[in-house]
Amino acid sequence: MFELLSVKINGATSRVARGTTVAAAMLLADRPSRISVTGEPRGALCGMGVCFECRAVVNGIPHRRTCQILCEQDMTIEASR
Amino acid sequence: MKPFDILIVGAGIVGSAVARECALLGWRVGVIEGGTPAGGATAAGMGHVVVMDDSPAQLALTAFSRSLWQRDSEKLPKSVEFENRGTIWVAADEEEMAEVHLRHKVYEEAGIEARVLTAAELADKEPNLRRGLTGGLLVPGDGVVYPPAAAGFYLAEARRLGAQVFLARAMSASQGQVLLRDGVNLVAERIVLAVGTECDLLPSLPIQKRKGHLVITDRYPGFLHHQLVELGYLKSAHKVTGDSVAFNIQPRQTGQLLLGSSRQYGNEGPEVEAEILRRMIDRAHGYMPGLEQLSVLRVWTGFRAATADKLPLIGPAAGFSEDRSLWLAAGFEGLGITNAPGAARLLMDAMLGRESAIDASPYLPARLMEPARLAHV
Repeated sequence: MFELLSVKINGATSRVARGTTVAAAMLLADRPSRISVTGEPRGALCGMGVCFECRAVVNGIPHRRTCQILCEQDMTIEASR
Repeated sequence: MKPFDILIVGAGIVGSAVARECALLGWRVGVIEGGTPAGGATAAGMGHVVVMDDSPAQLALTAFSRSLWQRDSEKLPKSVEFENRGTIWVAADEEEMAEVHLRHKVYEEAGIEARVLTAAELADKEPNLRRGLTGGLLVPGDGVVYPPAAAGFYLAEARRLGAQVFLARAMSASQGQVLLRDGVNLVAERIVLAVGTECDLLPSLPIQKRKGHLVITDRYPGFLHHQLVELGYLKSAHKVTGDSVAFNIQPRQTGQLLLGSSRQYGNEGPEVEAEILRRMIDRAHGYMPGLEQLSVLRVWTGFRAATADKLPLIGPAAGFSEDRSLWLAAGFEGLGITNAPGAARLLMDAMLGRESAIDASPYLPARLMEPARLAHV
């Protein structure tokens, strides 16, 4: 069995397995990582820290590359705007 | 091909502004651009629409041009990102505060709205500035634009009114003829060189390249509200020799922060230089410690077109060429974005023999003729 963690994505609780990246958690919750300047929803593209499309606010810190961060219990995650 | 009334070499912000003015008159206009439109000196500018007062002529041209930006602001498309942010000139000590009061007086006499800020008012307007600054001068009428989009707007307006754009390098421009690299020869009554720092068509142009670095951050809406410039800028930016950096930061509509500024002579390579970039960023941290936490997206460099007296060349090329078909709109240094609409107006006035809204004589190119050449005219 894998351990489940609770995180908050845009205020809503999500349950994910330990070892899940924040980018994956956002994809699982069907939430974009960020909204572009022209209003388009964006999410992880490369998944390896290069494309910067998956930036989001993690624990209050803006512009984190979510594909490079693992979920932790009670983490807060917000789409960048 | 039918002759044009005017050919403009250079589709930067100045050439494009001139093209629009001419097209508005119903002239047959051709614009020639050998590189990327607005990819030269225009792309090196921050897009700060600012009244500057380091000489009466500079004050007159920037104030006139700013009034044209303000008049046009409703017409500008969203892409130009015009915002009436206002400038705060930041004073770090009593000496700079004395400068604030001095400039306040100069602006007042020129009819430019400006307000002295105390230390507390400054902190209130820009909470991310460090504590312990002395005060500042708020100039609420200054603005911000995105230079390539502003140039693109002027050019699109000119085209809408019938101007033709030739994306080809001009190999020569004289006696009413411009020869393009692809072999096409264009003919016009007048030729305007709006060439930024590219002087190969008229090597006698008294323009020097002055390199600058710019840094843009990711989006941090609300971090900054006005364009902030340190008053020390006046001490550092207007030395004609030597490298200098100054704190100059601008809020973009996207929430991004555009950070300047560096000034270097004698280095004509486009590479980003770590040492001067470090100095520039350290300078900014000294004013806004919170910048350290923000992430930078891009750094780039560009060249301003500097003249010996810090004023542009607007008018006939007389003094640098015997060719009476040649006109100049170049040498704007760090004020090309601000001054483009005013310069276009002054140039048209000179061509039409109209009276200008301000005295255009301080910008006439002939003023920078060398004395030896003057004697032969």
